[in-house]
Amino acid sequence: MTDLADLTVAAIRAGVAQGSFTAREVAEAFNANVAAAQDALNAFIVATPEQALEAADRVDAARAAGQPLGKLAGVPIGMKDLFATFDVQTTAASHILEGFRPQYESTVSQKLWDAGAGMLGKLNLDQFAMGSSNETSYFGNVVSPWRRAGDTAQLAPGGSSGGSSAAVAARLCPAATGTDTGGSIRQPAAFTGITGIKPTYGRCSRWGIVAFASSLDQAGPMARDVRDCAIMLEAMAGFDPKDATSLDLPVPEWEAGLSADLSGKVVGIPREYRMDGMDGDVAKSWDDGIAWLKDAGAKVVDVSLPHTQYALPAYYIIAPAEASSNLARYDGVRYGLRDLPAGAGLQDMYAATRAAGFGDEVKRRILIGTYVLSAGFYDAYYTQAQKVRTLISHDFKSAFSQCDVILAPTTPTAAFALGEKSGDPLEMYLNDVFSVPASLAGLPAMSVPAGLNREGLPLGLQIIGKAFDEQGVLNAGLAIEQRVGFVAKPERWW
Amino acid sequence: MSDDALDRMVPELNQILDWVEQLGSVDVTGIEPMTAVIPNTLRLRDDVVDADPLTGGNRRDAVLANAPAAEHGFFGVPKVIE
Repeated sequence: MTDLADLTVAAIRAGVAQGSFTAREVAEAFNANVAAAQDALNAFIVATPEQALEAADRVDAARAAGQPLGKLAGVPIGMKDLFATFDVQTTAASHILEGFRPQYESTVSQKLWDAGAGMLGKLNLDQFAMGSSNETSYFGNVVSPWRRAGDTAQLAPGGSSGGSSAAVAARLCPAATGTDTGGSIRQPAAFTGITGIKPTYGRCSRWGIVAFASSLDQAGPMARDVRDCAIMLEAMAGFDPKDATSLDLPVPEWEAGLSADLSGKVVGIPREYRMDGMDGDVAKSWDDGIAWLKDAGAKVVDVSLPHTQYALPAYYIIAPAEASSNLARYDGVRYGLRDLPAGAGLQDMYAATRAAGFGDEVKRRILIGTYVLSAGFYDAYYTQAQKVRTLISHDFKSAFSQCDVILAPTTPTAAFALGEKSGDPLEMYLNDVFSVPASLAGLPAMSVPAGLNREGLPLGLQIIGKAFDEQGVLNAGLAIEQRVGFVAKPERWW
Repeated sequence: MSDDALDRMVPELNQILDWVEQLGSVDVTGIEPMTAVIPNTLRLRDDVVDADPLTGGNRRDAVLANAPAAEHGFFGVPKVIE
């Protein structure tokens, strides 16, 4: 019999609809994989096998009764633990929110349940989504299911959506939610040989997502292939009056619109992304990608994004500034941790709670953010960074006057080992060099597998599109996917 | 934060701030700081009570459900009046 946990979202949905297997059988298969991998991979903070089964039973009952089935009927998914889920612990991988059980459901997760999906559990991540390796979680590192050939060193699954990437790559779920502030969907997808798309800022409601940097945060799906991402994104996106920056636009039928024929399309290659000392395998994968897109009918042109080198420093002012403001709400009064030393007053309680509840990376960013927003430095840092952000956005507008999508590597290297970069915050930040510019400009961007490097680790190619043109991004991704023939998956050692 | 933690973090913060200094060299003459990455107009909701029951009133128990100390329908805090 087919291993149900090896099926894609599209195949699960079709199989359930046709009666080849039941939704319950699918949920059971994934529940078993989740439980078997937990000790080794630590991808989940909380597993919710009963919820997965209950959702599956509802789908099986609906099918038996001849009722119409949703877009994700019978598909169990993993939910990044940044999305508030009703009465299920939601922590953002922090100590300060440990035990927090929301009394409401995030818009994106509710949409997924309404489409017939079930929840396998809450996925581990970098604390408050701050990190690129999933080493800042209070609940321990996530370990990538991938290993270098002939080596057992533990590798980073990427971050911040590292639980999501590890779980999809290890077949613990067919798809997962992610969130992307500076690359947190694309970088982990690239590190684990899966596909992930960050849509245009505002496509997915931020309501009920624990806030990190509100002008950048955007939810998106992570799955095994482009079609599955399109299916998931259709279910997740849509206008929400509860999010002031939600886009009041209809949700396109991205799945139905998929086409790998790129005739008449122009792909831009940004020359500033070709950096000195670039990893040879990454450079080769980029060249391969160019050849594949040409083969799909696209014309390839050079474009320039002149302010690329300033994107990272601008991001590391803007994101911490917004984080320092957003995270002011954790005070030990309304929810989450309270640390009340004997005889302490209110101010002491705030300080003790925040000292005990936040990890080092979160404290670092709160301190930087507070500093760059302070009265004497606001213009020199924050206003200057927001002006540079405008210039970066102009760069993309001008490039998109010559092309339809932009192709670049997702990351400067394949996955690094856990511990390899965690001692040097700045070196860790530099890992986001290719993903941050599209985030600053609010553009849709996706990572698709581009093959393996000489160590047997996956590499990702990134496609950046015009605002609102997720379809163009997905289609270019599909063209690459059909040509790369990526079938590698991590060998099961856990 | 403890002195130990500060000793560790101060050089890291200085390193990060030194690195972001490079933004000062960008010519931003005539450039407006970005306020909205995707142009969007802020909406007004209908001026009615409890337009969305989920975020409206009469949800005291749900609001207090996760409070570390909830007493008599209020958030409990240490004494604030000397």
